[in-house]
Amino acid sequence: MSSKGVEDYLKALYILSRNGEPISTTEIAEHFKIAPASVTEMLKKLAKKGYVKYSPYHGAHLTSKGFQVAEKIARKHRLLERFLHDVLRIREDKVHSEACEMEHALSDEAEESLCRFLKHPDLCPDDSKIIPACDLPFSTCEECVELHKKDFEESGRRQQIPVSISQLKKGERGKVSFIRGEHKVLQRLSDMGLTPGTEVTVVKSAPFHGPLEILVRGSRLALGRGMTEIIFVEAEKE
Amino acid sequence: MTQKKLIIALAGNANVGKSVIFNYLTGLHQHIGNWPGKTVERAEGTLSFKGYTIDIVDLPGIYSLSTYSLEELVSRKYIAVERPDLVINVVDASVLERNLFFTLQLMELETPMIVALNQVDIAKRKGIEIDTEKLEQLLGVPVVQTVATKGIGISQLLEMAIKAIEKGQTTRREVRYGEEVEERIAKITETLQGIQFYYPRRYVAIKLLEGDEEIAREIAKLAPQAVNTAKELTGEIENLHGHACSTVITSERYEVAGRVARQAQKLVPPLKPTAEERLHNLTTHRIAGYLIMISSLLLIFYAIFTFGNYTSDLLSNLLNRLEPLSTNLFGTGIVGSLVWGGVAEGLIAGVTVALPYIIPFYIVLYFLEDSGYLSRIAFLMDNAMHKIGLHGKAFIPMMLGYGCNVPACLGCRIMETKRERTLAAFVTTLVPCAARTVIILGLVGRFIGIQWALVLYVFDLFVIFALGRLAFRVLPGEPSALIMEMSDYRRPDLKTVLKETWFRLAEFIKIAFPLIIVGSLVIKAADVFGLLNPVANLLSPVTVAWLGLPVITGITLIFGVLRKELSLILLAALLAPTGLQALTPVQMVVFTLVAMFYIPCVATISALVRELGGKKALFITLFEIAFAIILGGVALRVLTLFT
Repeated sequence: MSSKGVEDYLKALYILSRNGEPISTTEIAEHFKIAPASVTEMLKKLAKKGYVKYSPYHGAHLTSKGFQVAEKIARKHRLLERFLHDVLRIREDKVHSEACEMEHALSDEAEESLCRFLKHPDLCPDDSKIIPACDLPFSTCEECVELHKKDFEESGRRQQIPVSISQLKKGERGKVSFIRGEHKVLQRLSDMGLTPGTEVTVVKSAPFHGPLEILVRGSRLALGRGMTEIIFVEAEKE
Repeated sequence: MTQKKLIIALAGNANVGKSVIFNYLTGLHQHIGNWPGKTVERAEGTLSFKGYTIDIVDLPGIYSLSTYSLEELVSRKYIAVERPDLVINVVDASVLERNLFFTLQLMELETPMIVALNQVDIAKRKGIEIDTEKLEQLLGVPVVQTVATKGIGISQLLEMAIKAIEKGQTTRREVRYGEEVEERIAKITETLQGIQFYYPRRYVAIKLLEGDEEIAREIAKLAPQAVNTAKELTGEIENLHGHACSTVITSERYEVAGRVARQAQKLVPPLKPTAEERLHNLTTHRIAGYLIMISSLLLIFYAIFTFGNYTSDLLSNLLNRLEPLSTNLFGTGIVGSLVWGGVAEGLIAGVTVALPYIIPFYIVLYFLEDSGYLSRIAFLMDNAMHKIGLHGKAFIPMMLGYGCNVPACLGCRIMETKRERTLAAFVTTLVPCAARTVIILGLVGRFIGIQWALVLYVFDLFVIFALGRLAFRVLPGEPSALIMEMSDYRRPDLKTVLKETWFRLAEFIKIAFPLIIVGSLVIKAADVFGLLNPVANLLSPVTVAWLGLPVITGITLIFGVLRKELSLILLAALLAPTGLQALTPVQMVVFTLVAMFYIPCVATISALVRELGGKKALFITLFEIAFAIILGGVALRVLTLFT
């Protein structure tokens, strides 16, 4: 049985568990949409490794060793969901399956960075589940940030999460961070003055989700919605 | 003394007053054509000055010399290959930084050049004061301040141009990039030693780093190692910056432009928004903007149609008086009726449609364009046009279509991609032009009621939307989004507007008239030799059985291919003595529906061929014939149910 399989099982038990009551085989079978017989087999294997306590007819529940692994994976999963949703702007209903694949490959170190980068989110985006706290020896998130602030600045990573320019409201300003798109569009936009680091001001947007009017380098541009969604800026704070 | 010949090119961004300067310099001695083998316009004119005959070439208005559009490529190649004696770079003083970005690219082409700092009046009102001497010093290029719309500074500009040519230019500064880029430019330039190419070596090196496909292709033939080196170095820069190399270079070029602009200009923003600013805010307002747009468009259409109808009647009365003259000269035999009924009537038809409607239409259009209002309309309409896969700019040719489909199809050139051009042209042919309006109003409006005519108009909008969406789905490719500058409002220059109108009109006449005349001759010949009735009978399964119309509509619909409203005029004549009242209301609606959609007129077809190629034009034509026939038949059956 692969580690991915183990992790998925433990995560399922973590999600399904209520007040430490054992979870029935049928419930797990429904969750994975597989036959109860194969669930029983899996649970026996996990029990052998010390992750779960399994008793026939009653069901299974996580041991503390299993709980630790499960919580870690759930945390990674939910952090990834936030990242996919907030930063990459992937649709809410798609982030779950994407995160399911990625969670197993995310190292603990990357998980830690991701948490800081996302400013310690509490809830995940699709179903508002709580993101479990990290297992690092910090009592508060501020402590973690303080300790890492130096590397953070040195490595030149963005202090702020870039948002697409379409997220800016009337009168708000931002600095172009990057533009996503094919070469020609990129060329055109940078030729019109939208190069990284350039300040842009959103003047207004046409009604019914129409184009955006922006000021850039002293010129006034109209950008269709398709354009505004690929230009990412670091919003300037008031 | 023999006159020496000089060639001067005008280059600059769009909406900087380039064509106004061009008109000032060349007056009526202009010629507008296309660049060889391209759909890009080439305007040329001549003037005499201080013993020189100067050829002025007005390059298209562009923002950069990359390969984003054909216009950019054509301009760049022209400057490098044909080497004009001088390039006058027209710069909008009120948007200095963005304009200088283009100036720097011209400088990189190492062409002799001077700068016309135009629209300094607008800049001043925006609180921008530019130190010309400082700018000259920073660029190493002569700079002349101009206000083209008032003719200020034009003669100084010309004098400076001659001086620059006579003296030869050596002072131009080099655009310097960051060390990491310069190092790599030097490396590539080394690999280019000993190569003969029309672009300067440094320019080639920069463009290779930017990933310019055209130059990479050409250089690959001459020095393949240079292309490979450049690829490697491009990767290095990308690793260094974390952005595409072309973005890095554009960014640094803008940096230089920004620095020059900041050093040369003093900014004292006015306390109150300028009148232009307030007008802009009003015309793009989410409510007022639409109200202004709709009312001004309605007013324009009303004015044009009133003027057009009046003048059209006047002209056709006048021209029809010439018939006796023709009869005297050619008799009433076969030759006579071919000359009058074929050639002359075709010509009259052309004149009475083209002059009264199209001329005012063009004048208004160029007024709107020159003043900057069209870009605001595009801004407001972008979202609606998106529903059929087009962006706001496509609204302009569509609007044109209400006057005449021919200029509208030609106007689809403003769309950036082939797909959009096709889509916009197709949609445009569905717009009821002036001639179709004549049918709608003259038949349904007059005999059934104006409200039914309006219903047909609304239905037309629905068809445009539905078929536009269908075409949008069927045509391959991605829709592209709007990127458009909304330059400040300004007073349009009447001379420029009139000249644009004149050249467009000439283009229209060249395309449409031969076809109208030949078509009219062919049909007249068919008439003379008694072929029309057999053809009408041949069409009767469609016209009579399916559409429920009289047999003779077969004939009139054939004539309608020449000019849509002819189908109605002829129908009235053929139904004499009862006239059009002989038709039932249902027949009227069916006939009007068919006439609205059944085929683009012959001139529109030729415009389609010119803009899209024969295959697409044929497809659109056949599709619309089939669509109109089906629609007419369905309408007949539905309408009969209710009456």
